[in-house]
Amino acid sequence: MTDLQKELAAALHAFIAESRELLEAMEAALLEVEHGDERAENVNAIFRAAHTIKGSAGLFGLDAIVAFTHGCENVLDAVRAGELTLDDSLIVLLLSCCDHLGGCMDALERHPDAAPETLGAEGAQPLLTQLRRYMPADSTEWRGTLAAPQTPLERMGGRGELGSSLWHLSLRFGANVLRDGMDPIAFIHYLDDIGRIVHVQTLPDALPDALAMDPETCYLGFEIAFDCSETKATIEAVFDFVREDSQIRILPPNSRITEFVDLILSQPAAGAQRLGEILVACGSVTERELAAALASQAERAQPLGEMLVQSEVVQPALVEAALARQRQIGDKQREARHEARTVRVDADRLDQLVDLIGELTIAAAGSSLLSRSAGHSSELSESTARVAALVQEVRDSALQLRMVRIGTTISRFQRAVHDMARELGKDVTLETSGEDTELDKTVVEKIGDPLLHLVRNAIDHGIESAEQRVAAGKPARGRVRLDALYDAGAILIRVSDDGGGLSRERILAKAVERGLIAPDANPADAEVNELIFEPGFSTAEQVTSLSGRGVGMDVVKRNIAALRGTVSIDSLPGRGTTVSVRLPLTLSIIDGFLVKVGDSVYVVPLDMIEECTDFLNGSALGTHDYLDLRGEVLPFLRLRDTFSVRTAQAPRRESVVVVRHGTQRAGLVVDALVGEFQTVIKPLGPLFAHLRAISGSTLLGSGEVALIIDVPALLERVATDNSHLRLGAVH
Amino acid sequence: MNARISIDGEMTIYRAAELKERLVDALAECDALLEVNLAEVTEIDTAGIQVLMLIKREALATGRELRLLAHSRPVVAALELLNLAAFFGEPLLVEGEP
Repeated sequence: MTDLQKELAAALHAFIAESRELLEAMEAALLEVEHGDERAENVNAIFRAAHTIKGSAGLFGLDAIVAFTHGCENVLDAVRAGELTLDDSLIVLLLSCCDHLGGCMDALERHPDAAPETLGAEGAQPLLTQLRRYMPADSTEWRGTLAAPQTPLERMGGRGELGSSLWHLSLRFGANVLRDGMDPIAFIHYLDDIGRIVHVQTLPDALPDALAMDPETCYLGFEIAFDCSETKATIEAVFDFVREDSQIRILPPNSRITEFVDLILSQPAAGAQRLGEILVACGSVTERELAAALASQAERAQPLGEMLVQSEVVQPALVEAALARQRQIGDKQREARHEARTVRVDADRLDQLVDLIGELTIAAAGSSLLSRSAGHSSELSESTARVAALVQEVRDSALQLRMVRIGTTISRFQRAVHDMARELGKDVTLETSGEDTELDKTVVEKIGDPLLHLVRNAIDHGIESAEQRVAAGKPARGRVRLDALYDAGAILIRVSDDGGGLSRERILAKAVERGLIAPDANPADAEVNELIFEPGFSTAEQVTSLSGRGVGMDVVKRNIAALRGTVSIDSLPGRGTTVSVRLPLTLSIIDGFLVKVGDSVYVVPLDMIEECTDFLNGSALGTHDYLDLRGEVLPFLRLRDTFSVRTAQAPRRESVVVVRHGTQRAGLVVDALVGEFQTVIKPLGPLFAHLRAISGSTLLGSGEVALIIDVPALLERVATDNSHLRLGAVH
Repeated sequence: MNARISIDGEMTIYRAAELKERLVDALAECDALLEVNLAEVTEIDTAGIQVLMLIKREALATGRELRLLAHSRPVVAALELLNLAAFFGEPLLVEGEP
């Protein structure tokens, strides 16, 4: 690969990334308009996105994408001019256009070497046809883009955004224009009204010899350099009446040199050389540019489309200018300086770095242990302490690198909600908060689908129909909220709706039908709600196309559990349902707290620990597993019993580690507290997959293996044990 | 032998056939210089320009010379608009009587 090709490939990547951001912005703006926020600002954002993508796509010779975005832009232009309103159906159509362009970007990423001029052509025509229906029938723009796709399209903005406003017009009037009562001079004269004619070359080349010449046939051609700040549409409109059988080519300001080559090559061989000179005379092209482009064309004799791309190499400045303009637009949405200081890094490299730091953490722990046992060299222990502190900092910043905002995932839901609400005929808005909450990249990637499922459930099962809502005295428009926030060393994501809530009767009936509970059981509300996480459980009365197909909450729960997260559900009949998902901040390295039971060492995630205290014999309340913590009743578990540690007797003085997860608290009784430890989580092998209450293992500095306690699972066990106790008490 | 003709009225599509015939004949009759007086031309369009260009080219091709004289305002405007002064090789300042 030459340097230039590399640069081009890099530019293409930047183009794909920027285009995706623009498409997201376009989608967001469309959805805002749909929610009744039809401000000029939103319409402009939509237009700008289409316009910028079109401009940049032109630079890479992506003609099909250019043609497609041009179609979108025409409709959006009409919206901007107030000739067209963005109604629901148009929004849906434009969203489909977004999807199509998104697909083009995916294809481009997968096959950067595919023929650029046809990429994205597939599937574009039906959308364009639909778009065309929105345009007034007499709109001239469409004849240009649809009926005659070979008409050169505007490439680089065409509004003089790059400084120059010098257009180049190449006019070859049809033979019959004079007989039809039209005078080319009049058209050219009219140009003077909308701009300034910089230079005209009249071409008599087509004029036959005197005998053959028909004085009523038009033979003249014109090449015109035209300074004009109007849109291409305005200039095209000048030639409306002669467009049919004339060859009207309009090259916007800053057109690529290859377009001129294209123009030259479209001439009969004899005229080509001359036309080249004329273009130079018009000042539209410099001689050097022309020579270079023509030479490369002759040398390769390859399809013009390919050359269009390669010829970009001649003007890398243009690529840069266009990308710079895209950046400017992006900046408005982000913080101004942020972009310039951002580096895109391959995710695999980050993973590798985090892995290495995990190993480093273990090795550092080992050497600090050695230094301690080696004797009393204060210098050595000072040095290892310093290394340990640095390792911790490096670890933290490496993990920070993997943190990404959850906002990008959440914002995608707006679109999903729009589509679902439409399909179900419900009126629903999605409100979000906490988009800036950061999560490990892997977690963000894997939580998207479960969350989407929860949102889908909320709309499908939670929100009632508009009539039911009005009858219940609620606003007709349903609300689904999605909040993300930090809570006790974890991320809490809540999906709530203001719908009908869970129906205890229906869940119970279903549970009995499925044999999950005994027909005469009378479980607490919380337990009833938990039932919907059982496999194959769906209470929807009718199976809709969206949910109720058996992919139920059990899958959601399993996916969340795989991320070491938990899910719980609260519901108020008639008021709504809230599903809370708790996720660990990171998957690979945590701050742990070492505790000892017998000879075994266990790790408790530090951020789940509230406090540690002595466990005095007799602090247990009676025979039950409760203790009195400064007047509060706290259930506890003896890890010795839980993990069946039989080696040594319990020491006289035990300790309690108070852990919290969500609203649940419990004490873990251990033999001894060892101290904090940076824990690199190693997953357990499949052999141990059935183990509850253990979420992984880690290596201690000494090379010993310590098990990491799954606090949420333990707390669940405490809760179940207690419910048995309670039920026992009732009987 | 030089020749000299005058054209008056409009040099437009409506008279293009007649104009072509007249000018071609006039050119055929002379063997050195054809002077065309345009003082009385009231209007000229693309068809008219085209005929003049044809004659100019024919003259050059056969070693003769076409000289346009006393361009009226409409002619000057059209020639200027189409940047044809150089093509006809004339200073456009010649105005009024020869």
